[in-house]
Amino acid sequence: MSVLEREASVGMTPEHIRSQRLPLVVNIGIGVLALVLSAVLVLSTGIGNWVLVVVLGVVLYLVGLLAAATRVEGRRSARNRLWRSLVYAACVLAVLPLASVVWTLVSKGAARFDGDFFLTSMNNIGARDENGGAYHAIVGTLEQVGIAALLAIPLGVLGAIYLVEYGRGKFALTVRFFVDVMTGIPSIVAGLFVLAFWVLIVSPWFNNGVPRFSGFAAALALTVLMLPTIVRSTEEMLRLVPGPLREGAYALGVPQWKTILRVVLPTALPGIITGIMLAIARAAGETAPVLLVAGGAPFINFDPFLGNQSSLALFVYQQAGDASKYAQPRAWTAALTLVALVLILTIAAKLLARRNRLSR
Amino acid sequence: MAKRIEASNVSSYYGSFKAIDNVSMTVEPKTITALIGPSGCGKSTFLRSINRMHEVLPNARIEGRLTIDDQNIYDSDVDVTAVRRMIGMVFQRPNPFPTMSIFDNVVAGLRLNGVKRKSTLEESAEKSLRAANLWDEVKDRLGRPGAGLSGGQQQRLCIARTIAVEPQVVLMDEPCSALDPISTLAIEDLMFKLKDRFTIIIVTHNMQQAARVSDKTGFFSIDKTGDPGRLIEYDDTQKIFSNPSEKKTEDYITGRFG
Repeated sequence: MSVLEREASVGMTPEHIRSQRLPLVVNIGIGVLALVLSAVLVLSTGIGNWVLVVVLGVVLYLVGLLAAATRVEGRRSARNRLWRSLVYAACVLAVLPLASVVWTLVSKGAARFDGDFFLTSMNNIGARDENGGAYHAIVGTLEQVGIAALLAIPLGVLGAIYLVEYGRGKFALTVRFFVDVMTGIPSIVAGLFVLAFWVLIVSPWFNNGVPRFSGFAAALALTVLMLPTIVRSTEEMLRLVPGPLREGAYALGVPQWKTILRVVLPTALPGIITGIMLAIARAAGETAPVLLVAGGAPFINFDPFLGNQSSLALFVYQQAGDASKYAQPRAWTAALTLVALVLILTIAAKLLARRNRLSR
Repeated sequence: MAKRIEASNVSSYYGSFKAIDNVSMTVEPKTITALIGPSGCGKSTFLRSINRMHEVLPNARIEGRLTIDDQNIYDSDVDVTAVRRMIGMVFQRPNPFPTMSIFDNVVAGLRLNGVKRKSTLEESAEKSLRAANLWDEVKDRLGRPGAGLSGGQQQRLCIARTIAVEPQVVLMDEPCSALDPISTLAIEDLMFKLKDRFTIIIVTHNMQQAARVSDKTGFFSIDKTGDPGRLIEYDDTQKIFSNPSEKKTEDYITGRFG
């Protein structure tokens, strides 16, 4: 008798390699029974609606399945079933809000998804006007996020390269620590920093002593927010590149900088791009810094360096809080546009990263 | 072309840990030298010291003199990349660059060192792949990724990549340990072929392999864990495997070690 047979009553002889399987009919039966039971329970007592019926039904189904499977298949298989069901349930639970968000955006945003919305601004649009659009906000978002990406991507990637490939000792540790601290900065604080530093102190130098809001100031605040995300994600990706790959390049007499540029970075590129896209998506959805340092504006302003600018997120915030009955549809459509914009950027980046990969 | 390597009193450290102690040996040009010994005795560390790959690891350092044709490669005015261009290395595990095709892998050393002319690269790729006994297997799929090859093919790809830059010395760190006997034979044949042009130093755990391929053999050993590895005996392979002068060497090669 083996230890497993003695202590855990696990059969170790050839008779034990077959086991009964719970028939699919029984499985479905338990599901139906659980739903009916929960419907009766919930609706007869009147403690909730169909959502509670489903939730309770799932719980009852899991309990019933565990009991039935334990009888028919034995404890090990039953536990396996239970955990697998829990994993599936968790997956469904995680996807539900996402699907719900997308559905809400599409259904409510479709109403104003028209030419007016994408070709006009809110200039001279009063509370009784049902048209009006987010052209100015789209321009603002693209310019601000574009400038922020232009600043943050090279800085962040180079910083990560320093931390992984060159940084040794106290200085690197300090840099990494402050990057971690920066990750937790609330966006409003980043906005305040840029307001105090750029708008109030630096911008008067360019504007005859008068402080001015600008899209560029918003871009600076977004840069502050994007930088730590990019540094940390790129750093993790670079660390995943195996050491022997670098040594393989060194052994060919390739200098370190060229090894990084031609071997390490291409290997880590898909992951780095994912990190960058996450940072961009986060920046595109920021409202507070834009409100603080770009001020928002109803009119089209192409110049990011001079004067107020709006952005999609700020547009959503302002329209959602507007008393006009035409404002809310505009807010939904702007939110839909923002999500679509981020989605398109992400897909484009993924395609770009894949183009360089070799086909298997 | 091939160079003489002379190590005198070389000691290598990882931080405060001394990995090898006072190793001296001379490797003649156009020979194959095998380094054998139990795991952890410093063979690989010594090998990696020869092309300054040891210092890639943090806090690793080295004492003593290592000369190539009387040039000390550890002099402060020596360019590390130039040393490594001259002394190529094949690693234990095949490490083709995953983002590059077979062709790009072979010419990586040339291209990343500034060779741009396509005809030169193609010529060199074919020559190196032929020398590595890989050409017939891959000539129709040079554009496919190098990582898609089998383990033995990948290792030969790495050898082709190493000899494409035409180094003068080739170091091999257990190049066959992950390979089947047929691939191993292919690589051993290859070493005999390369001997005409390169000085080869190979670390191996396979004593038959050391006896088959090498002209000279160095036996490394440690007394106990934590002690630095030392070179116990260095002599003609013939002599090491038939009539070693040290008792320890005899014990090891006859399997009575430890």
